[in-house]
Order: sequence, then C-alpha cells, then structure tokens
Amino acid sequence: MSTAAEAELAIQAKVAVAKGQGYWAGVFKRVRRDPVTIVCATILLVMFLAILFAPLLAPHDPYQGSMIRRLRGLGTLNYPLGTDELGRDMVTRLLFGGRLSWFMGIVPVVLAFIIGTTLGVTAGYMGGKVNMAIMRTTDVFYAFPSVLLAVAISGALGAGIVNAILALTLVFIPQIIRVAETVTQGVRNLDFVDAARSSGASGFTIVRVHVLGNVLGPIFVYATNLISVCMILASGLSFLGLGTKPPEPEWGLMLNTLRTAIYVQPWVAVLPGACIFITSICFNLLSDGLRQAMDVKG
Amino acid sequence: MIFYLLRRALYAIPIALAVGFVCFMLVQIAPGDPINAIVPPDAPGDVVEQVRRDYGLDKPLPVQFGLWLLKVVQGDLGRSLATGRSVWSDLSTAIGNTLMLAVCASIVGFVVGCTLGGLAGTFRGSVLDRLATGIAVAGVSVPHYWLGMVMVVIFSVQLNWLPAMGAGPGGSSDWAWDWEHFQFLVLPTITLSVIPTGIVTRTVRGIVAEIMNQEFVVALRGKGLTRGQVFLHVVKNAAPNALAVIGLQLGYLMGGSILVETVFSWPGTGLLLNSAIFQRDLPVLQGTILVLAMFFVALNLVVDLVQAALDPRIKRA
Repeated sequence: MSTAAEAELAIQAKVAVAKGQGYWAGVFKRVRRDPVTIVCATILLVMFLAILFAPLLAPHDPYQGSMIRRLRGLGTLNYPLGTDELGRDMVTRLLFGGRLSWFMGIVPVVLAFIIGTTLGVTAGYMGGKVNMAIMRTTDVFYAFPSVLLAVAISGALGAGIVNAILALTLVFIPQIIRVAETVTQGVRNLDFVDAARSSGASGFTIVRVHVLGNVLGPIFVYATNLISVCMILASGLSFLGLGTKPPEPEWGLMLNTLRTAIYVQPWVAVLPGACIFITSICFNLLSDGLRQAMDVKG
Repeated sequence: MIFYLLRRALYAIPIALAVGFVCFMLVQIAPGDPINAIVPPDAPGDVVEQVRRDYGLDKPLPVQFGLWLLKVVQGDLGRSLATGRSVWSDLSTAIGNTLMLAVCASIVGFVVGCTLGGLAGTFRGSVLDRLATGIAVAGVSVPHYWLGMVMVVIFSVQLNWLPAMGAGPGGSSDWAWDWEHFQFLVLPTITLSVIPTGIVTRTVRGIVAEIMNQEFVVALRGKGLTRGQVFLHVVKNAAPNALAVIGLQLGYLMGGSILVETVFSWPGTGLLLNSAIFQRDLPVLQGTILVLAMFFVALNLVVDLVQAALDPRIKRA
C-alpha cells in the first residue's frame, strides 16, 4: 500500500517537473515561432556584441580628432560613416557611444526593478497601513510627467552620469511599484497561498516561494518594456547636456553636438539618433513578444 | 456619483501639497547651500546673511516649506538669478507657447490616433491593422528629439519648405494665426504628436476590438442596424476612455516638450528650463517645474471628473 502511494507520488512529481519544463519550453517555442521577436533579439544581440567588443572592432581612436578632416560625408574612404564636428570617426564614436547609452538605458531599469519590486510586493502582500504609505507616496511621483521629473531631478543635481541614473531610477520606481502591487494583490488571495499559510509557512517563505515565483514574470516583462523608454530618456538627458559630458561618446550627446552640423552633413548628424531608435524599438517589440509568449496580461 | 466626484476632488489637495513639497526639495537636493539659489555667488557676506534671514533660510526645514508655500500661493515664485526678473513674468509667456504647441500636438495625435486605432480595431488582423500597430510601436519608441532633427533635415535643409526654428518674425510676443507664423508651428507639432498618436492608436485599437466582441454589438447587428449605426454605438462606448487618454497626454506633452522645444528653439517652458539648467538658475527651474506639475495634477483631476460625468459605468464602481 505504502509503495503504491510512493509510486503515485513519484509519478506526480515527474509530471510536475515535466510541466515546469513545459512552461519554459512552451515560452521558448512560442518565441521561436514569432519572427518579429527573433529579428529584434538578433539585432540587439549583434549590437550588444558590437559595443562590447568596440575596442577590437573600432577602426580609429574615439577621442582623436583632426581639424583637416572634419564633417566628412557618408562613404568617405576609411571613414564609411563620415566624421563628426571635431574630425573623429563616426563608426568608432557610434560603437563606443553605444556603451554609455546602453548602460544608462539598462542600469536605471534594473535598479528600479529591484527597489520597485521589493516595495510593490511588500505593499501588495502586507496591505493596510504599509500599503497606504507606499502607494500614496507613489501617487505623488505619478503626479509628475516622467520627462519632467527626470529633467527636474537631474537638473537640480547637476550634469553627470550618476545623477542622470539616479533621476531615471526615481522615475521608474513608482511605475514598477504599481505593477508589482497589482499583481501581488492578485496572487495573495489565491488558494495555494492560503494553503501554504494554513500549513504553517511563515510570511517570508510565502512571499519568497509562492508570491515572487508568480509575480516576477509579469514585472520582468513590464521592466523590459521600460528599457525602451529609459534609452530614449537617458539619451534625451544627455541631449540636453544633463547626462554624459563631452568628449565622452554617447548617442544623445553626439546628437546634440552634431546638431550644428545639420546644414553641412545632415545624414551624418542624424546617425546617433537612428541608433537610439533601432535599440528602443527592438526592446519594445521584444517586450511585446515576451509578453505574448509568457501569456502575461496587461 | 456626487460622492465620487467630491472624494476625487478632495484627494487632489494632498497630492498638490506633496507635489509642491517635491518641488521645494529640488532646491534642497541641489549641491551647495540653497542660499546660492537666491543670491549671486559674488554677493558680499553680510548681504548673504541678510537675505538668509529675510528668506527664513535660518529656520528649520518645515517652517521654510510653509513660508515658501505661502509665497507660491500668492503667485510669488521668486526672482531669476540670470535676469533678475520675477520668475512668473518669463514663465507666463512661455506657458502660453508650450500650451499652444501641446494642444495642437494633442489634437493631431487624437484625430490620427482615433482614425488609425478605430480602423485597426474594426478590421483586426488586416494589413491596415498591422500598419496601424507598426505606427503605434514606432510612435512610442522613436526618440522625438531625433525625429525633430530628421524633419528639419528633410523639410528645412533639403526641401526648404518650412523654417527650422523659432516662433516666427517678432518672436513669441508677436504671434498671429497666419501662414507667416503658423509655418513655424508645423514641424514642432508633428514631431511632438508622434507619441500621443502612438499611444492613442494602441488604446483605441484595444478598446474598439474589445467592444466589437461584446454581445450588444451582435445584438445591434441582429436588430438590423446598418454598419454606420453600429459604429455610432461603438464610438459612444469608446469615447470616455479615448478622451481620458488624450487628456493625460496633453499633460505629458506639456511636461515633455522640453526636448522638442530645444530642437526647434520654440520659446516655451522647455526652452526656459533648458536655459535655467545651463545657467543653474534654480528659482526658474523650480518655478517652471512647479507650475507644469500643478497643471498636470489639475488636468488629472479634470480628466477623472469628465470621465465620470461621461461614463455612467463609473458611478456604480
């Protein structure tokens, strides 16, 4: 009798494991069938590798300019994408510029993801006064248009990469808190959480095992979508002179300094913006694809 | 219903106060003594001390906030460090220009977005739907400051059809609704409208698709109503949400126009903020942010109230 029950349990476990694999295998399968997501992921991967290995790939020095070859057009010999207003090679600058642009586009979202999830899950799970305190504070930051809040904070703190990242993180934390709180409240009252509680699990264990496992997916999908926004905002801050400082290459800053050159070499001047656009739209579409593949609502 | 409206209106008060506090803190988090935001750096020491006492900067922070709030409520936003003029005098003309640009962009975004979204939602899965969805994604992922530069390159540099920057002859004080002035508004408006166009398209497509799947639409068709009549019912159901989205977008555009205004040198709040940032003119920065944020709070309230008035379903909630 007991062996039969054990066998039964073993089978159940196997089915559960197979189901667990089945979920991610299913997600992967759905992603593979979605050509748009595959193309976007490939473009992003190539871009990531290119900026990662920028020192190996770049044909010139990113800081070394020359007065005699300023603002060459597209297709110049040795300078296929032309040169900027100080005679620096655009291919090199774009490769190196991507490093800071990607860094500033991703780091604030990662920080906001960690802080926002912690606060949002706490608010959603605890409810009551804790929820009240966290969510009403969130409302205040929601009362600012996000561009304005980013400009206000980094404008007051002054230019610099750290200040810009700080400002952007503060912009995204409330947005992630709201999503995290909503999904946590949805999970909190489900039967398996009640079951865990009645079997004596502590609050911490319930959150760690049962809540986080179910809410991280939706929050993660939302956060990947924010990378697209963050990329635009971060480069926008640099464009306003609030993020990176010259001569550091960064797409938004390059766009700003090349603005004076639009009458001389218009198509060279808009190249950094095209890079921001491609990155941003790929992250956006990738996020949409993930959302569909993981069957996340909202 | 009346209770909902009252409660919503009352909730705006603590939010407005808290927004004011965040704006007040902007000067406090700025590196250096906040007194530097009021007096020029080359002022003699005793003048600095005098100003410190006059402004109450020697008092504890909550008292300072109270004093500041009292002044702000009376319309005194302080004086610009760069020009010495009162912040409000520069801000009032700038706000008008930004509002004009943001309203125009919202109208364009609403009309184009509703058309695209409505068509996409009605004919789901068609080529039209894919096109509209593509435009919606591109609209929210494009760095609009870059799009503005591309527009200038195409329409000003290459084709020479439209002016690249400014607000027309005589600047913003001399505005008139004729082509000579209006041509300056065209490129900034189109550039700024891509975000609301994308968002409205996406939202309206979702709303319309959801409504089309509901039983009452099938019932209306079964009753023998023509396509046009059914469409009117769909519009009636979709309008409150669509209006709410575009209402909030107007606020986002007011606050977010700084990048577009910088590209086109449009003499609005964005350009004012930009120069304030460069000159570290904190009173101007603080005042502009405060007024724009308060506008957004008020707009949020109006949108919620109007939506509740238009949409009978909210009463029951």
